[in-house]
Amino acid sequence: MRFWKAVGAIIRKDIRAELRTKDIFSSMFVFALLSVIIFNFAFELRVPAMKMVVPGIVWVAITFAGILGLNRAFVIEQDKGSFAGLLLAPVDRSAIYFGKMLGNLLFILVVEAILLPLVLILFNLSLLSWQHLLVIFLGTYGFAAVGTIFSAIAVNTRAREVMLPILLFPVLLPVLVAGVKMTGALVDGETLSSMSNWLRMVALYDVGFTVLAYLTFGFVVEE
Amino acid sequence: MNRSDRVLTVLTVIAALGILGAAVMALWIAPDAVGLTPDNTYAQRIIYFHVPSAWLSMLAFGVTMLGSIAYLITSKRRWDSLALSSAELGLVFTLAAMASGSIWARPAWNTWWTWDPRLTTYTIMFLLFVAYFMLRSAMEDAARRARFAAVYGIFAFLSVPITFMSIRWWRTIHPVLIDPTKGFGLSPSMMSAFFYSLGAFTLLYGVLLWHRVRLEGSREQLEALKEQLDQ
Repeated sequence: MRFWKAVGAIIRKDIRAELRTKDIFSSMFVFALLSVIIFNFAFELRVPAMKMVVPGIVWVAITFAGILGLNRAFVIEQDKGSFAGLLLAPVDRSAIYFGKMLGNLLFILVVEAILLPLVLILFNLSLLSWQHLLVIFLGTYGFAAVGTIFSAIAVNTRAREVMLPILLFPVLLPVLVAGVKMTGALVDGETLSSMSNWLRMVALYDVGFTVLAYLTFGFVVEE
Repeated sequence: MNRSDRVLTVLTVIAALGILGAAVMALWIAPDAVGLTPDNTYAQRIIYFHVPSAWLSMLAFGVTMLGSIAYLITSKRRWDSLALSSAELGLVFTLAAMASGSIWARPAWNTWWTWDPRLTTYTIMFLLFVAYFMLRSAMEDAARRARFAAVYGIFAFLSVPITFMSIRWWRTIHPVLIDPTKGFGLSPSMMSAFFYSLGAFTLLYGVLLWHRVRLEGSREQLEALKEQLDQ
């Protein structure tokens, strides 16, 4: 019970800190929006129908904005020295992992909640059905699960934030591929049951890497 | 020279001769493949070099993961040395496989590269290796570096099967050597050349790994001595 109370406390702390400055959230959202608009210019004249590329654009925008959010979350902790405080607390190291991970997940989901209606307006393409939302949630979860532990690693290197995309993208690729594939198929009118193998793969990824992160996070943060 | 030095020297000589023998078998003794254009017939011989390289790069990656797990459990530095050395060799074999594959692809598919699933996954694996080394070079403290690299190594290796699965559910044009319905695509005499080459390459990997681990041990001894002198 103490474990989940600690997790909740960490999430609440991050939300409260973010609500005060709205730093991370605003930069994530603006970056996502800019990515979408730039990709629109990159593709529009050479692609017969924008809905062919919008799934890819959305996932790339989520990935880039997500990386920004992951970076800033841990860098702020380090700069303010509050990470030491977290480590001193008498809880399991993995509680810190889950607290940070769920906090990051929440931030990215909020950005998506604003991005997707904008996609509807800009491209006249709705990604808001519950099937779409499920697919996007599963992919975002995988992103947060792996991104959080890699962010903890990256922040402790000489290159700091720059290291995170280098570490994260190759490992995250299955999630991206699955996300684009499934979102694209849903846009084309397929049903969720026709992509059950993809869904199972992403679920396997999500669960498997969460377990691995739970087991190894302690090694990353010990002094 | 103590006993393990002697064993290593003997093995190194055997490995060198083995590779020479494999080259002879691959380029001369193995029979021509049937049913291919003249260009492709000769290029097909790259299989004796390309496939062992690819197999070894994956074996090396696996050894890196096992070394990483062992390091996290025991905190003994030699496991980290093993992981690092194997990753280096894995990177070399990955480049060798990609280069030789490209050389074969030009006459066979009329292109140097294609985004076929197996090649794409292999590129991702290459990127994982590169990321592993970038991570290591961005950290100064040896113990922390070993720990972080170990954690990343485990994630990286375990992501490869899932990456392969995800990219394979797209079309493929890579030749399928082991097809359950058709059996091995090689004739018996080609098979012997192939397995001989595979064995020679694996021995080469083992010998190089041993040399590299010893080199790493010497490097660490040097560091320790330097530190002592500085004090």
